[in-house]
This record gives sequence, structure tokens and C-alpha cells, in this order.
Amino acid sequence: MLRFVVRRLLLLVPVLIGLSVLLFAWVRALPGDPARSLLGERATDAGVERINEVYGFDRPLVEQYVSYVGALLRGDFGTSIQTGRPVTESFIDYFPATIELAVTALLFAVVIGVPLGYLAARHQGRWLDTTVVTGSLLGVVTPVFFLAILLKLVFANWLGWLPTGLRQDPRIDATHVTNFYVLDGFLTQEWDAAFNAMAHLVLPAIALGTIPLAIIVRITRAAVADVLNEDYVRTAHAKGLTAATISRRHVLRNALLPVVTTIGLQAGLLLSGAVLTETVFSFNGIGSYLFTAITRRDYPVLQGFILFIALLYCLINLLVDVVYGLIDPRVRAA
Amino acid sequence: MSIPIPPAGPSTTPGASVALDDKDLEGGLSLWQGAFRRLRRSPTAWCGAVIVALFVVVAAAAPLLTSYQPGSTQWAGDVTTTEIPGPSADHWLGLDRYGSDLWTQLVYGARQSLLYGVISTVLGLAVGATLGALAGGFGAVGGRFGTVVDATIMRLVDIMLAVPSLLLAVSIAAMLGQSGTAVVIAIGAAQVPVFARLLRGSMLAQGKADYVLAANALGLRRSRIVMSHMLPNSMGPTIVQATLNLATAIIEVAALSYLGLGAPDPAIAEWGRMLVAAQDRFDDAARLAILPGVAIAITALGFTLFGEALRESLDPRTRR
Repeated sequence: MLRFVVRRLLLLVPVLIGLSVLLFAWVRALPGDPARSLLGERATDAGVERINEVYGFDRPLVEQYVSYVGALLRGDFGTSIQTGRPVTESFIDYFPATIELAVTALLFAVVIGVPLGYLAARHQGRWLDTTVVTGSLLGVVTPVFFLAILLKLVFANWLGWLPTGLRQDPRIDATHVTNFYVLDGFLTQEWDAAFNAMAHLVLPAIALGTIPLAIIVRITRAAVADVLNEDYVRTAHAKGLTAATISRRHVLRNALLPVVTTIGLQAGLLLSGAVLTETVFSFNGIGSYLFTAITRRDYPVLQGFILFIALLYCLINLLVDVVYGLIDPRVRAA
Repeated sequence: MSIPIPPAGPSTTPGASVALDDKDLEGGLSLWQGAFRRLRRSPTAWCGAVIVALFVVVAAAAPLLTSYQPGSTQWAGDVTTTEIPGPSADHWLGLDRYGSDLWTQLVYGARQSLLYGVISTVLGLAVGATLGALAGGFGAVGGRFGTVVDATIMRLVDIMLAVPSLLLAVSIAAMLGQSGTAVVIAIGAAQVPVFARLLRGSMLAQGKADYVLAANALGLRRSRIVMSHMLPNSMGPTIVQATLNLATAIIEVAALSYLGLGAPDPAIAEWGRMLVAAQDRFDDAARLAILPGVAIAITALGFTLFGEALRESLDPRTRR
């Protein structure tokens, strides 16, 4: 197992080196003088000179790359052109919000998706199955941002049941320890703050979780349906095991393998979806920060964030592989 | 399932049928003929095809479906800060916040989505399939050179896969600047790794098939085995993916617009940008947001249904 993990970690090295080269080239591939395009319309000669000094655009490329990688290794992912704030600092500030949102969304998708997929498989061809399959299809084709807008329109603007945006009502004077607002509320026992933060999470989490939900439902349904047709399930019936035992010990256990992988593979969707969902709900996470960076053409921020997200994404995928290897020994050998 | 060894004679000449010889299973039908026959019987395929056809017709016949020009703001005077005129005889779906005819914008938006969606997917497919075929072909042939080519291409693909596809598209679009070309290139490029990986995978799987062994034993050149036997037999999953990707591409075009990276020209109607513009007029004109969103979803649904039906009809398990 250890060898499997080490080998997977080693495979990450060329990917990360390649990515750093591409991102390095990316800023330099911007049309025109890099310093000028970084500054955008507000470029002045003094500004250009300052940027050249900070980023060393006037030095040889190899030297620039070496110092770029050196900075990365020291945890310096660049500095925002607009605010002058280190990207790493902003990332640490905004990251808890996105994690909070993504975890809630994934929880929503798994808690509803797995049982629904299982039920659909058990009632194949009947109305429940048809409804679930149709619903999951609609879930997959509805754009995240449209669903987010729709939810906001109906439940926040029209019905007024839930807040239209932000992470917490600004009127609430909450103490923030970890920047996970819900957790903070519980830690400081400010229940109002915790519930308020939860209410702010509901709509964004549903919007973000719907596509993963639809995918999890479909995979669970297919996996359970496959297992139900297996010889060993028939054997289990034949030897007189109760339906509940068969479901628990034979069907679910085997069907959950692909489901676990699928759940892990939602990380990419959640990270991209977060950019859109957070933008719609002005939810202050890395998604809306990235959106601001896009609109302001703040390239160092984009560069740093994309590297952060890629790193995170690779680590999550590695984790999924490890978990899968733990569940299914055959994977380790491959 | 036994696959007959391809005869050394006529059928290896260029242009001869290279599709799977499934004669045992379906009385002389090739893989694609059989798939087409199953497709015609599938209600899912029909639903998808009808939606897609409708979408294409609307996109193509946009000028015939409306008497107004897209992006024309000639009724801007009728729009106030509190009220946007709703449906009327002159404007079937009412106006939008800039004073353009909503129906016209929607109809021309279909054109934009189709154009961007199809071109970007074709671009992604062309580059991705080429990379995948090179990696898969060289990988299957083996040898030191083959392995190096395969490994080099796949590491490149791994790097692209390290960034979630929408963010990859965002970074490419941000680099190229705001234009239609940038959108198409960005979304096409983000699809490259998926196609490359898929085609390589199915080609490597084909490499172990009996008919490849047989063709090898008969002394066919490796390049010919790869090009005229393995490649055509491996294309199925890639083509299914391309159909499904059309749906994703159309959604992503709108997503890029939503993030402010779409084509900036206001004369071009675009569903994603219509959604953005509608956002702060929810309370007085929700239709401005709902209609373009529904249009995107329905179009994506059409391609998804058709793609799924195609996948099912090509799946060996559903044959017979």
C-alpha cells in the first residue's frame, strides 16, 4: 500500500513541473509587454518599471523561471496587481468558505443520491425509477449558474424564505475563529450566527450539489442494478438469506465501489461549479475571488489560484485512488 | 463472441469495410449499421434527435423566424428602470432590459450556441483524437520509441487534466482576450485531454484483440493495422463522448459569458450573456433570466439524450 501511495505521489511530480512551466509561460504569452498587460489600462511607465522589478520580466527566461519556482517552493504564489496582497494570504482567507460550501453540497448529493439510486435500481422500470432517471437527466443538463439564479429567484426573491446571498447576515456580530462560519458559531456557542450561516449555505449548496447528485444517482443505480444480476446474489437468495442481509452484505458492499470513486471524482466539478455558484450568491469564497480576478484581469491571482486549485485537485484524486486501493486490493497491483 | 480474422485478400485494400465484422451476431451488419438500426428503435434517440433538429432549424432559420435584427436596441425608450414591457403582438416575448426584442435575441442566441458549441467540440475532438491515436497507436505497437511517444503525450494530457475543465477554459480565455475565437479555442482545448485519454484507452484495449494478433500473424504492416483496423474499431466511445460534449460545450460557452469572458460584441445575441444581464431585473422581469436558461438546458438535453442512446446502441451488451 505504501509503495502504491509513493508511486502515485512520484507521478504527480512531472505533472506539477509541467503545470508550473505552462502557467509561467501563460503570463508571458499574454499579448504585448507582460508588465503592461498585467497592469492593464492603468499602466504607467513607473508602474511598468516597478512590475518589471518585482517580476523580473527583463531578466533571461530561465532565470525568471527558476526564481518563480523558488518562490513557489517558499509558498509565495504571487501578489495581486490590484490589491498588492499575496495570493497565498487571500487563498487562506477565502478557502474555508469554499470548503464549507463544497462539503455541504457533496453531503447533500451523497445523502440523497445514494439511497435514491439504490431505490431506483430496486424498482427498475417502475414509476419511481422513471422519475429518478428523468430527474437526474434534468439535473445533469441544467447549467449550474442557471440553477443558482433560479433558486435565488424563487426561494430568496419571491418567497423570501432564504437569504439572497453572502455567507452571513452582516448585521450579526459574529466572532470568527476558523473562518468556517458554521463551525465558528458552534465553537463560540453563538447559535444565531451558526444558524444564520447555515441558512446562507442552503441555496448555494443545492445549486452546486445538483449535478454531483444527478451523477451519483445514476452511478449508484447502474452499479446496484449490475450487482443484483450477479450469480452470487442469486446464490445468496437460494441459500435462504434474508433480503436485508443480502442488500447489506452483498449488494451494497459491491455496488459502493464505483460509487466511492464517483464521489471522489466530483471534486473537479465542485471546484469549477463553486466559481459560478459563489458568483451568483456573492458567497465570499475562492470562487468569487477568482471571478473578481477574472473581471479585473488580475493575472498573478489567476496564475496562483489555478496552481492552488490544480494542486488541491491532484491531491484529492490521489486520496480517492488510495481509498479505492484500500477498498479494492486489485487496484493496488495495477 | 468470435471475431473472424480479416481476410488477407480484398478486404484489407483501402476503402474496404474495416468496421467490426459482427456477422455472427447480426446477419451481415457492421458495428455502425447495427448501432444505427438499434438507434432508430430507441425512443431516447428520437427525443434527442428531435430536440437537436429543432435547435439546428431555429439556428439556421433565425432570420426567417423574426423580423427584427439581433442586438437592435431601437425600443430602448420603452424600457424604464422599474418596468420592462412584457409580451405583446409586436414582441411575442416582450423586450429585454436594453430594449431588444427577446424572441429575436433567443433565436439568434441558438445560432451562436450551435456555432460555438460545434466548432469547439470539433476542435477538441480533432486535436484530442490525434493525440490519443498517436499515443494509443505507438503504445500498442510498443518498442522503446513507441513507449516514449505514448508516455510523452500522456504526461501532457495529465497536466491538462490537473486543472478542472471549466477552469482550464477560463485560463485560456483570459489569456486570449475577449473574442468569439478565444471562447471557441478555450472550450475546445479544455476537451482535448478527455478525447485523448479515451481514444488511447480504447486503442490499447483493441491492441490485445484477437483480430490484431491475427493481422500481425498474417504479416500486415503495423502502421496499417493501427490505421485501418484498430483506429476505426476504437472510435465508438470517442464519438459518443463528442456527442455528449456538445451539450457540455454549449453550457460552458454560456458559463464563460457569465464570467465575463465571452464575445463582447453586443450585436451578437448570446444566451449566457442574456442571463447575466437579466440578473438584477429579477423582480420585474423574471422571464429574461428563465427563457435563456431553459433554452440552454433543453439544447443540452437534446445532445445528452442522443449521446446516451448512441452509447447504448454501440454497447456490445445491448446487441442482440
